Amino acid sequence: MAEALLPTERRRLVSLLSPAYLWLLVAVFLPLSAMLFFSFLTGLPQDDPDWGVTLANYGKFFQNPTYPALLWKSLKLGLWVTGFCILIGYPCALVLAKSIKGRAREALFLMVILPFWSNSLVRIFSWAIVLRGNGVLERTLNFLLPFDVRLNLMFTREAVVIGLVHSYLPYVILTSYLALQAIDDDLIDAARSMGASKLTILRRLLLPLSLPGLLAGAVLVFVPVVGSFMEPRILGGRLGTYYGTVIEDQFVAVYNWPLGAALSFILLAVVLLILALTSPVLKRART
Amino acid sequence: MRRNFLGLLGKAWLALILVFLYAPILVMAAMSFNASPFYQLPFEFSGAWYQDMMANEQIFTAAARSVLIAAATTVLATAFGTSASIALFRYDFRGKRILQVLLFPPIAIPWLITGTAMLIFFFTIGIGRGTPAVLIGHVALALPYVIVTVSARLSSFDITLEEAARSMGASSWTVLRRVTLPWIAPGIVAGGLFAFAVSFDQFVVSYFLSKPGDTTLPVLIYTSIRKGFTPEINAVSTIIIVLSMAVMFLAARYSRFGGER
Repeated sequence: MAEALLPTERRRLVSLLSPAYLWLLVAVFLPLSAMLFFSFLTGLPQDDPDWGVTLANYGKFFQNPTYPALLWKSLKLGLWVTGFCILIGYPCALVLAKSIKGRAREALFLMVILPFWSNSLVRIFSWAIVLRGNGVLERTLNFLLPFDVRLNLMFTREAVVIGLVHSYLPYVILTSYLALQAIDDDLIDAARSMGASKLTILRRLLLPLSLPGLLAGAVLVFVPVVGSFMEPRILGGRLGTYYGTVIEDQFVAVYNWPLGAALSFILLAVVLLILALTSPVLKRART
Repeated sequence: MRRNFLGLLGKAWLALILVFLYAPILVMAAMSFNASPFYQLPFEFSGAWYQDMMANEQIFTAAARSVLIAAATTVLATAFGTSASIALFRYDFRGKRILQVLLFPPIAIPWLITGTAMLIFFFTIGIGRGTPAVLIGHVALALPYVIVTVSARLSSFDITLEEAARSMGASSWTVLRRVTLPWIAPGIVAGGLFAFAVSFDQFVVSYFLSKPGDTTLPVLIYTSIRKGFTPEINAVSTIIIVLSMAVMFLAARYSRFGGER
């Protein structure tokens, strides 16, 4: 591997690296360790002088069927949102990468990913205006359709799914587009000249070669959606209780931090498991 | 004929997606100019909500705090991130892979977990909630984005340029200032804009780390929405979304997604 560095080089290396990595240590890695520690406590050391170590916080997750049920509900929400993002976003990436060329492609690509970098809270809020009863969506549909529709999607599961798909769709488009763009057009021409139909080209060539990108996008959608709490709160109303909102409650309403920490770590374990399961395919993407 | 039809279908699909992505934002922007506070139609133009917003001191302090935190985050994350990128690019050493992998947890772990972990830790060590805690959190979230963006730009840098400059007697400081930094400047600008956007739009981590009544703009918007709709929030939101899209448009032009470079 690397040759040994000279002492002067070593000193320079350390001084260049340490501000960033010390910052990450203090602000991310020590907090995560502290949270792991807290998840085994009976109470907060600052409030409760008799605090001790226990497994009870993790026990609560398994004893109270509400928590596994909510985790399952959040995982299902993640699957729905990820599924819709793939179904809607992959064809879009395909069109961008393979059928539109030149400056128009760059401009359209920028337009697709631009909303993603704008404020997600505000975008969720904008859906609240569109979806509410007697709101813009209902009026537009009534204007366009000959019959009367009553449509109040606000505070439903559908509203939460729509808002989350809107938030995370650009992720799938971005990663799929980058993977599809890397596929050589000559390959497609070769397949076509040998008589492959469009469907065959998609199924046997484009889809397998862009799978790592598509999967990376899916993971980037699934993970944050399982931990979402702001979107269900705003668009789901009373039906919007998910695993993420329960964790939020432990920290801002109930003040049971050890339980919140344990619930967070169970979520983190699920997230890491998913990352581990998908990493073989994702690694293939990098090489 | 068939080919044309498929192409047309694809373009129609793309157009539909753009409508889906932009329609709610445009509706919100339109409603911020609507006279009715309950978004009643027909539309009647009014600038009243913007006037209300200007008169609302709470919104102003929160906005000022958000801009201040975002500016400080930009400076710190860009400086630290750029120096780390240069070190990771220039030197080969043991543990380099690990350091690169360590950049992913802050991006990949849901912000809910990172935010609550920061809350626990900062409370335990005595920093508590408030603006300093928010700033520490934002810089940590922005750092990986800066390092990834600057590293992407560095990967196209020819290291022999540095050696050439040094062989002609330039000191390492001069090499950095006159050769390396000018080359990666677009990457640094893009990274800085990313950092600004990450901080300015950050809600989850700010929500857990800021003191009630002493918050950033997104947290204020969230609490206002949960208390009930106020059209002033519509006006602020419209301004925020226009601003953050403008920042990101600039970042995209400077980073490799802009195409030209």
